[in-house]
Amino acid sequence: MAKHHRATNYWAVWVWLAVLTILEVGVTLIPELTTLYKAILLVALAVGKAWLVALYFMHLRFETRTLGAIVLTPFVICVFLVFMLMPDVGFEPRESPIRAEHVESDH
Amino acid sequence: MSEAVAMQNESYETPLTPESWGKLGMWVFLVGDAMSFGTLLAAYGAMRYSSGDWPIPADILGVTLSGFMTFLLICSSVTMVKGLEAAQKNDLDDFLRYIGLTIFGGAVFLGLQVYEWSHFIHGGLGFVGNPWGSPLFGTTFYVITGFHGMHVTGGVIYLACIWFKGRNGAYCGENASHVEIAGLYWHFVDLVWIMVFTFIYLL
Repeated sequence: MAKHHRATNYWAVWVWLAVLTILEVGVTLIPELTTLYKAILLVALAVGKAWLVALYFMHLRFETRTLGAIVLTPFVICVFLVFMLMPDVGFEPRESPIRAEHVESDH
Repeated sequence: MSEAVAMQNESYETPLTPESWGKLGMWVFLVGDAMSFGTLLAAYGAMRYSSGDWPIPADILGVTLSGFMTFLLICSSVTMVKGLEAAQKNDLDDFLRYIGLTIFGGAVFLGLQVYEWSHFIHGGLGFVGNPWGSPLFGTTFYVITGFHGMHVTGGVIYLACIWFKGRNGAYCGENASHVEIAGLYWHFVDLVWIMVFTFIYLL
């Protein structure tokens, strides 16, 4: 199936990956950026790079849709896992229940 | 051809990856492996954001060396895919050259990781101790980069086997799917490093 689509210019994908890496490092060097915006930008750039590798280097673009769905599953589950962990983590670092309990037991 | 024989033949191929069962097997393995890395990274996030004294990673780890290591893996990924292209075109010289470069890139990456780890260990960052705050910072760093480093080690050995077995042209032309399957593994290791670089070094 992949044999009909051999026209991909792999060097162009490589240039894109390098440019996105430079952008990622650049984002960390902007001091004005708040942590939230920095995180959003960095995750978006990383997902973009992973997408390029999977689609063109791993030829996922030319595979069946079912295989694509199988490959996407762990990423969906991992995003779900992050949301499952959020109540335990607590959104404010200093108000996490584990820490509060620890302080009380010291007295 | 009788119906029974036709059915028997069909059972040898999968509609998902008509080229080979091995390719589907590698994809299924990688999906499971992605869950392992995803869980490690999610655990990293949970520990980091429930900790009050997590250091800023870039201050301790730096981004220059890890940025170069990222670039190195990207380069070795493109040489891998060019090597596969050469194998499919029956170009043995280019196949050996590109796979050789891929192995070289992976080996240099491992060397840099050894250098980086010894640098951090001498700087005081331990597996269970960290002079800049939460001890889990060291634990998660070594577990995640170590788990990835083991994957790179496995990949270098895997590709070295492909190079040696394929040096007479065994994987050129019709048999290039063996190279493609090895490539899937190698690109996945690159993909995971992209995530590790972002979540461990940059964020």
